[in-house]
Amino acid sequence: MNELIELTAAAAAQRVRAREIDPAELFEAYRARAAADDLNAFTWVAPRAPAGEYPGDAPLAGVPLAVKDLFCTEGVPSQAGSRILEGYRPPYTATVVANLQRAGAPLLGKTNQDEFAMGSSNENSAYGPVLNPWDRARVPGGSPGGSAAAVAAGLAPWAIGTDTGGSIRQPAALCGIVGLKPTYGACSRFGMIAFASSLDQAGPLTRDVTDAALLLAHMVGRDRRDSTSLEFPEAIRVPRAEDLSGIRLGVPEELTGAGGGVEPGVRESFEATLARAEGLGASVEPCRLPHAPHALSAYYLIAPAEASANLARFDGVRYGLREDGEAGLVSMYSQTRSHGFGAEVKRRIMLGTYALSSGYYDAYYGTAQKVRTKIAEDFRTAFERFDFIVTPTSPWTAFALGAKTDDPLAMYLNDFCTVPMPLAGIPAISIPSGLSDGLPVGFQLAGPAFSENRLLDAAHALERAIGFDGSPARRSGESAARG
Amino acid sequence: MTEYEPVIGLEIHVQLKTRTKMFCGCELSFGDSPNIHTCPVCLGLPGALPVVNERAIRFGMMIGLALGCEIAERSLFHRKNYFYPDLPKGYQISQYDVPLCRGGRLGDVRIHRVHLEEDAAKLNHLGASGRIHGSDRSWVDFNRGGTPLVEIVTEPDIHSPEQAREWLSLLRTTLKQIGVSDVNMEEGSLRCDANVSVRPAGSAVLGTKTELKNMNSFRFLERGVRAEIQRQIGLIEAGEAVVQETLHYDPVSGGITPLRSKEEAHDYRYFPEPDLVPLVATDAMLAAAREALPAELPAERAARFERELGLSAGRARDLAFRADLADYFERALAAGAADGGVDPVELSNWIPQLVERIGSDRDPAESNVAPESLAALATMVKAREVSRDAAREVLSRLVADGGDPRAIVAREGLGALSAEDDGLGELVDRAIASDPAAAEQVRAGNLKAIGPLVGYVMRETKGRADGATITRLIRERVRQAG
Amino acid sequence: MLDRAQVLHVARLARLELTEVELERMAAELSHVLEHIEKIRELDLDDVPPTSHVVDVVNVLRHDDPEPSLRRETALRPAPEPVDAGGFGVPSPAAA
Repeated sequence: MNELIELTAAAAAQRVRAREIDPAELFEAYRARAAADDLNAFTWVAPRAPAGEYPGDAPLAGVPLAVKDLFCTEGVPSQAGSRILEGYRPPYTATVVANLQRAGAPLLGKTNQDEFAMGSSNENSAYGPVLNPWDRARVPGGSPGGSAAAVAAGLAPWAIGTDTGGSIRQPAALCGIVGLKPTYGACSRFGMIAFASSLDQAGPLTRDVTDAALLLAHMVGRDRRDSTSLEFPEAIRVPRAEDLSGIRLGVPEELTGAGGGVEPGVRESFEATLARAEGLGASVEPCRLPHAPHALSAYYLIAPAEASANLARFDGVRYGLREDGEAGLVSMYSQTRSHGFGAEVKRRIMLGTYALSSGYYDAYYGTAQKVRTKIAEDFRTAFERFDFIVTPTSPWTAFALGAKTDDPLAMYLNDFCTVPMPLAGIPAISIPSGLSDGLPVGFQLAGPAFSENRLLDAAHALERAIGFDGSPARRSGESAARG
Repeated sequence: MTEYEPVIGLEIHVQLKTRTKMFCGCELSFGDSPNIHTCPVCLGLPGALPVVNERAIRFGMMIGLALGCEIAERSLFHRKNYFYPDLPKGYQISQYDVPLCRGGRLGDVRIHRVHLEEDAAKLNHLGASGRIHGSDRSWVDFNRGGTPLVEIVTEPDIHSPEQAREWLSLLRTTLKQIGVSDVNMEEGSLRCDANVSVRPAGSAVLGTKTELKNMNSFRFLERGVRAEIQRQIGLIEAGEAVVQETLHYDPVSGGITPLRSKEEAHDYRYFPEPDLVPLVATDAMLAAAREALPAELPAERAARFERELGLSAGRARDLAFRADLADYFERALAAGAADGGVDPVELSNWIPQLVERIGSDRDPAESNVAPESLAALATMVKAREVSRDAAREVLSRLVADGGDPRAIVAREGLGALSAEDDGLGELVDRAIASDPAAAEQVRAGNLKAIGPLVGYVMRETKGRADGATITRLIRERVRQAG
Repeated sequence: MLDRAQVLHVARLARLELTEVELERMAAELSHVLEHIEKIRELDLDDVPPTSHVVDVVNVLRHDDPEPSLRRETALRPAPEPVDAGGFGVPSPAAA
């Protein structure tokens, strides 16, 4: 049993295809672990293996998939971490999930998350916080904290989540796994419960870069049901690169200097990784992203604004929670929403509504959209001289549960290094670069739009060189060493 | 006493006659069983996304071209945010500051803008249900939600209730002819709100305007606008101010009441719709829209009737505003031309007569009166072969049984009596003899008194004599006698 | 920067009802966040066009062809108040 769990998804798939492993056994092994989950990573676990065709010959060979709860899965609870959708079962499945199922990855379970993807610690879930398998007193990051923790703890071979301001990359960093946010438009958003429409993207959370490539290959592609989805110009390849010769890496001082508040341990790991990159033949130079320090502000105007509109449909009329339906319409609306939404969601709806409101649009939302233009320009300029921009994924390692919940601003600073990329619509990946005080640290590479293959190659080469061993976290039930 | 000038602008919503909704593939319906044409998109389910209907864009461009608008090179969709049960997403996808079309003109009225949006669902009321607080219940049918709408906003160029009604009629005819909508006010595919204000005649300053919502027939539009104008004048004369508000006209009572609406003014918080991409009007799209338009639109046709056929402006408009009447008229003209020529003005006199007899909602082409028959009748009248009165008789026969007017006249002996016919002269003498007082009046120069004398002769001839001829004869004989 | 009245107004627009405690806290938290965010208004952005759309694509349209709709039972299944007439029951707006 343990052996099966130790395999990466790619390795498991290969064994299934070679008829060395029974996919039903594989599914059951994970299903049992997920059902016994004490990290609160799952909000729903499949009651049994799916019936039907033998998946072994499909590209993903029946390797089970954990799916962040905000992906609609037909007939299966899709609650987006919120009370307002408690028990909601959609009549359709998100395109990305359907694609993966069709490619042979059956649904293992739905994972816990910050409510409507708003948060960086998974402490905003109506279904309780998720624990970091490396140290159960700490957060796994968010919003798809459940997906990250599940993969890190070996409760699922791989998972998908969504990234709006860093939501895939940051928990990947805090949990010692790989997380990738694709180019905006690469993956369909149809069926993804929307947070910020111009930023949201689905992406893989996996044990290694190869697994991420395998999943991504079946996630990208134009979907006629999503007007903003694009045809990916080339197929996603399995990465093979083993060095970084000729690769130019740019280090933006705005995101890596003192301003970002990067913890010393994280900085050390970052510098060490840069040295490794040079050892692999890369050149490392400072670069400038002059508007990056304002990315967080722009993000915290644009995302809440779009979210305030996206969440208006939760009104108690057609589905989900309804409160006080007797008293009158306005009362029903406000009671339903006030009881159904958590504090962070309410805060962001308020912020977003304010930023769009009459008299404030130009100053806030309008200005933020201009800052966004400048940030995209900064990246375009930087990419003329560099292949990838690199930063630490998160300024700090996993913090203690409750440590930042009193200060929303402090929580928002988690996203400092990850927020500029979604604003520019460009892809970025986080890979584990080492440990600091026994907790994982993430290294982020960002590339120009549609550079996923090159990004995966570079990440693969670096990953080999780093040789991060994430195995301690996989033994669920064992408290991680903090030495 | 101050003269006031009404200033009226119209805001019209037109449901497009596409097969499917604006942003999803659900079919359009009317009167179908509730909630059978819904999907995640038009129900506003979590995770659903809109995709624009290509035909709706084409129809929007056709409307813009027909109204002489400038089609925007690039336009955007925006979210208009507010809460209402018939609005499933809590926002309507519409267009804001970059609409599909700007400017334009139809007849006497300039167009301000034309844009695309989605229709709301239908909120139905159940009435008191005896629930705990006794609150009324309503329920929502989402079949209509998401239907493509075009909103047309005019400049405040309308200055009377009649003009409002007439212009809306012209718009309706135009849209009907280009085939983009059923434009049926009773069914809701044409909806009209009016912005009304008044100002002292000659002033250039606009008064405060009110919005009259949802008048669902031409008659109610005219009456509602008239009532509101009077209400505003009444306020001003009493020294009170007109308050900017949204109003409802009750056609039954004739009363105008504020719509029990928003406690606070709406702040729609418009922002560009991030789930959709911009619309660029390519040459190909414009060409396709232009090609889909009919060669001649009603306003152009009316102008041509006036210019080339010598019809009066009013008569030209009456004909051109109804495609079926204008088509029939032109066929009759052509038939008459083949038959030696018919006078367009005379012919045009007979269309209203025909309409009166077959009913105003029927197409003359479907009646028993063949176009060539009407043309022949008009020709006979013009040539004085039959009196106007007799011709009306003939038309009634044609409507009932069809046939050839010449044959009917011959058969029924309805041919005109001429002045040379002695029988007519005798009748005139008898008329004068029967009413010497009237005759004396006429001799004295009071031509109005001739009525009873003419009437006498008309009755006796069963209308076969031409009125003008009778009048002339009477005056001659009267003079002779005197 | 955001006073109680403003917070109340925004809450109303968003159909959120906040308790007194929440109101106070919200005013403080939003003001704190806004103070930080405000700094972007100091940037010189006069000639910069806003990014309204991230993907550089236009005219994504679909053919006017029907697609299957949901069955009514499916649409109504999650409804908090399905009514016999076949729709979604709500309190009447007029009674609000």
